[in-house]
Amino acid sequence: MIHVFAFYLFACVVIASGAMTIFARNPVHSVLWLILAFFNAAGLMVLLGAEFIAMLLVIVYVGAVAVLFLFVVMMLDIDFAELRAGFVAYLPFGAIMAIILLMEIILGVGIWQAGPIQFAQRAAPAAADVPNIQAIGALLYTRYIFLFEAAGIVLLVAMIGAIVLTHRARGGVRGQNIAKQNQRRPQDAVRNINQPVGQGVEL
Amino acid sequence: MIGLQHYLVISAILFVMGVLGIFINRKNVIIILMAIELILLAVNINLVAFSAFLGDLVGQVFAMFVLTVAAGEAAIGLAILVIYFRGRGTIAVDDVNRMKG
Repeated sequence: MIHVFAFYLFACVVIASGAMTIFARNPVHSVLWLILAFFNAAGLMVLLGAEFIAMLLVIVYVGAVAVLFLFVVMMLDIDFAELRAGFVAYLPFGAIMAIILLMEIILGVGIWQAGPIQFAQRAAPAAADVPNIQAIGALLYTRYIFLFEAAGIVLLVAMIGAIVLTHRARGGVRGQNIAKQNQRRPQDAVRNINQPVGQGVEL
Repeated sequence: MIGLQHYLVISAILFVMGVLGIFINRKNVIIILMAIELILLAVNINLVAFSAFLGDLVGQVFAMFVLTVAAGEAAIGLAILVIYFRGRGTIAVDDVNRMKG
């Protein structure tokens, strides 16, 4: 009973916040609704028994991606009212396309018959007594290790790409020249003089 | 009882919501990127639902890779957005075709 209630709660909130994400006037509100959608999708995944993906959604999406969106939305000084100019004009066509697409998907799901499921052909059967995170770790670090490292390379390329794209060399900045510092010798920098009394120092 | 179909319908509605978001916010590329994130979230719900109901963990492993690619895509997309804004002072994407090199 509580399972059914939790499912409908999470499902309704995730759909409502998804709708608010695309309909909100202010992009900052859009990002906040997106965060709510991610939280409730994580709840759905906990109901499904996929704790690892749920925690990943909260940590990676809410903690990194949504905050990145917030940074960019707040950093750029944009006139959002001007960007919404075509909103009403695009709405009927978009709504028609969305309804057609939804009908097609639901029709497809409704008449979908996979036949008897061949449980013997599962690639990685989930053991009943092993926790979800442990089972995924055992799978990810053995059979899918190369795929896992490829995911790491994807993230590395994304990071380097983002830095290269947004980096700009600024003029007039005094940076540290380490080679020049190391080449400097004491005899170049220090001068011993015998200063007579009563005369000014000549620098 | 909640079955696989319930999750598939939720995922389908979320997916369509993302597509609709791309259609109606055609000028605002930030909302378009968020709509793409919604689409990928729907895909992840689909993968995890099948994984749970078939008792096969590969779906969850694959959902993790989808998540990785989504994070990279958001980072690169926002970086392109920032340099586009730096150059033009606006992010209206309906005149991107004027950008020649």
